[in-house]
Amino acid sequence: MNFEPVSKLFLGNLSVVNLGLESFARNLSGAGLPVVQVDWKPPAGGDSKVLAALDAIALSSKVDIDKANDAAVSRVLAAKPTVVGIGLARDVVPGMRKNLILHAGPPVTWQMMCGPMRGAVMGGLLYEGLAKDAGEAARLAASGEIDFEPCHHHASVGPMAGVITSGMPVWILENKAFGNRAFCTLNEGLGKVLRYGAYSEEVLVRLRWMRDELAPVLAGALGLHGPMDMKTIIAQILQMGDDGHNRNRAGTSIIIRELAPYIVLLDEPRERLSKALAFMNANDHFFLNLSMPSAKCSLDPAMGIEGSSMIVTMARNGTEFGIRVSGLGERWFTGPAGMVEGLYLPGFSAADAARDIGDSVITETAGIGGFAMAAAPAIVKFVGGSPQDSLDITRRMYEICITENDAYQIPALNFRGTPTGIDVRKVVETGILPAINTGIAHKEPGIGMVGAGLVKPPENVFFDAIVAFAQRYV
Amino acid sequence: MKKITVRKDSYYDSVFLMLATHELKKTKGIREAVVAMATPMNLDLLVGLGFAEAQLSLARPNDLLIALDAETGEAADQAVSAALAIINRKKDPAAGVAAGLAHTGSFASALKVLPEANLALISLPGLHAPRAARKALERGLHVMLFSDNVPLDDEINLKRLAVSKGLLLMGPDCGTAIINGNPICFANVVRRGPVGIVAASGTGLQEVSCLIDRFGSGVSQAIGTGSRDLKDARVAGMTTLLALEAFKHDQGTKVLVVVSKPPVPEIAAQVIAALKTAGKPAVAFFLGLACERQDDGNLAFASSLEETALLACAFASGARDASAARVRIADRVVDMTAIRTRALQEAKLLLPGQKYVRGLYTGGTLCDEALFILHGTLGDVQSNIHVDPAFVPIDPRVSEGNVVSDLGDDYFTIGKPHPMIDPGVRIDRILKDGQDKETAVILLDLVLGYGSHPDPAGACLEAIGQAKAAAKKRGGHLIVVASVTGTPADPQGLSAQASRLEGAGVIVMPSNYRAALLALEIIRAVRAGATVKK
Repeated sequence: MNFEPVSKLFLGNLSVVNLGLESFARNLSGAGLPVVQVDWKPPAGGDSKVLAALDAIALSSKVDIDKANDAAVSRVLAAKPTVVGIGLARDVVPGMRKNLILHAGPPVTWQMMCGPMRGAVMGGLLYEGLAKDAGEAARLAASGEIDFEPCHHHASVGPMAGVITSGMPVWILENKAFGNRAFCTLNEGLGKVLRYGAYSEEVLVRLRWMRDELAPVLAGALGLHGPMDMKTIIAQILQMGDDGHNRNRAGTSIIIRELAPYIVLLDEPRERLSKALAFMNANDHFFLNLSMPSAKCSLDPAMGIEGSSMIVTMARNGTEFGIRVSGLGERWFTGPAGMVEGLYLPGFSAADAARDIGDSVITETAGIGGFAMAAAPAIVKFVGGSPQDSLDITRRMYEICITENDAYQIPALNFRGTPTGIDVRKVVETGILPAINTGIAHKEPGIGMVGAGLVKPPENVFFDAIVAFAQRYV
Repeated sequence: MKKITVRKDSYYDSVFLMLATHELKKTKGIREAVVAMATPMNLDLLVGLGFAEAQLSLARPNDLLIALDAETGEAADQAVSAALAIINRKKDPAAGVAAGLAHTGSFASALKVLPEANLALISLPGLHAPRAARKALERGLHVMLFSDNVPLDDEINLKRLAVSKGLLLMGPDCGTAIINGNPICFANVVRRGPVGIVAASGTGLQEVSCLIDRFGSGVSQAIGTGSRDLKDARVAGMTTLLALEAFKHDQGTKVLVVVSKPPVPEIAAQVIAALKTAGKPAVAFFLGLACERQDDGNLAFASSLEETALLACAFASGARDASAARVRIADRVVDMTAIRTRALQEAKLLLPGQKYVRGLYTGGTLCDEALFILHGTLGDVQSNIHVDPAFVPIDPRVSEGNVVSDLGDDYFTIGKPHPMIDPGVRIDRILKDGQDKETAVILLDLVLGYGSHPDPAGACLEAIGQAKAAAKKRGGHLIVVASVTGTPADPQGLSAQASRLEGAGVIVMPSNYRAALLALEIIRAVRAGATVKK
């Protein structure tokens, strides 16, 4: 009989992991023993079918999941997202065409779209000149003549409604390590903006100005500057109080610093150059539309890795929240989009809020945003109030991630890398859902942002993914 | 020699880089060191320091430079590694964890925080506990499974897994252990010493370990096995036998003790064989089988928890075999004459009609021991844990005749804390039995130690006072007999608890065994007509 491990226990120092009644841990800890208390939740939410799938995956020898996940997350870490230019969607976004409207989140029909997304679609049709007024736009949208597809199916991401039409200018990002590209519109600022479903003349005028003046200025400056390495910039903004999702003030400032010396060299009227700089300066979230495609082009090479349980996409369309898992191909797992818990701008309340919407959760998927909450103490008021709350959020995310980022580090955690690469197995095992920072849209189209906060994804998407994973790999 | 290392596109905060530069400059064999981003200013600086411009010209501002002037190539290589180690600071999973008890969200990350962990303490709901226990065993941890309601099949599978890895699975339904002197869950602060205990019952282990402490010896390790370990042929004593094997080879353990309800015969034979071949003196107490077995060489069979402790201490102090041990404890075993004299004194204070004992127990094995003693002689003692259904009361909340109740039994604890933690259920019963004019003796246990109520004596003093006053009002006298399972080092303090009870007129006996015997003799005296007519 092998008794050596027991002899070792008797001769060694007792060191305890406690699952359950905390008083037991406190007694031992009080006596000076090393003890860790596990804040345990029933795995798989107590659902026996999901738990059986999880256990079957753990026992299966059909595929080395850990190895596949290492391969997937290594690709994310190796990514070199770089801004290489600005172009019109129809010229650069794969598969873009006149009657195609890209939207945030998993696939959704016009009938199922929430108010802000419908508003943005109508605005997009007006912007493209496909409809003369709102009524005609709505009729056209419902007619079946317009195709709706997720941005994610076209190497793109869009904040909130995420509407991209063929005539919109987009940032072009290239992952220099893998050669793949990602696209995102230019951020329009706050208030009445298309991404929150506004489609009034003021919105359309701004969109046209962005196309006709802002985009050429930025493209020209970028041409002089040369490709802009987003990885080092994101690494810096995390040390400057940004999370790259809900707070983008440092990132926006860095972009201005990077481009300003070249903007002033452009052979354009000075008022035009000044207006472009002023526009960026007035919009703290200008950087979001760069952090998002950076995350997108970092994650895309990790898709479709056989046996990987890493989440490569999280996105919401205002009706549903969806995820995609590397080893499960293009399939979306969806559940009802949640309500955001957060703070509201003056004059608004939870009663005004739309459901969770937007592709911006791609930042969390790549290990920034809510996962880097500890880096952004200035926005802790959105998530509980104290810096400790933000540390706790990031720390919890390590529980569900495959690794720690080697480039993105958090000063307050002793420069520990951000939690990176969500393992859907760990989400189901621990019951810890990804922490997502986000803005809150008004539920009626055209009113805009009403607040910001933290949102929980629906847990069924992770359960469904685990069941599908078991079907595929056990 | 000068050496330049470039790491492309690596952003580091300048403070880190300055720290790395500072550390490298102090390193032996390094004349000059610069760790910096390749900004134009830094490149100029390096050129000024004599580093080759050609090598630097390809570096861009987003690149990290490690420029060294070293005495040897080896020193330079080491310095590069050192620089990278400083700027890629070792990941610290505990970073940002608030002071105090460390919390994590999963078992896996608990092991990252505490990689040396060797025991998982599991008190999750019975439905989920086996899975958690299996994961802990798979990761090489011993497991104490406090949870109850774990299916038998799960217990068997877990114990097979544990034994195959040489790991202890204590439980399920194991509330007490002492590992390396540390009381775990419900256990007492017992002096360390040569006695290794394996016990299927929590309060049995507590009583024996506390009495060993009181009798001047101590405990090396006390392993709980869970109540089914020896009672079920399929569990087959897996934990008990592994623990005994470890004790056999443990330098710190000189005497073995096994405490259990009667094992199934084939397992009993294995356990006895293990004890006999251990090469160390041993004491077995199979509660309910008193005196059915004959001592055999240096294996002694005890007939009570107290005798178990006495025999273990006799062995610990050098008795070579069981008969020598019995000689050594001869003057310490119960003096029945003294107990009968005391019983008669007490019985004389009772009114006619005060004729029953009411045992109100919080400890299951203590209750069992009292029931065994009382029922064995009186023959009519009812209990919710009686093995003979004829003696199980229809309503365990009501006392009729002689009753010994285990208030920690599931019947009383569903949805409530155990009475060792929350004395409420016992307080109600003390008051209720005190109101019953047929009650002669209330028999109590008080279990101290970690996990238990911080002041179990104080918690029932008021109820005892009221019960006694009610009896007095009727012209009678209520006898309250108690024993305290504890040690002077327990948080509640053994003597403090005993003296609080004595102050309230409670007769405090030195062991549960003796408390039960005194209660028994009082009832026998009553039956013999000792009460006085007033």
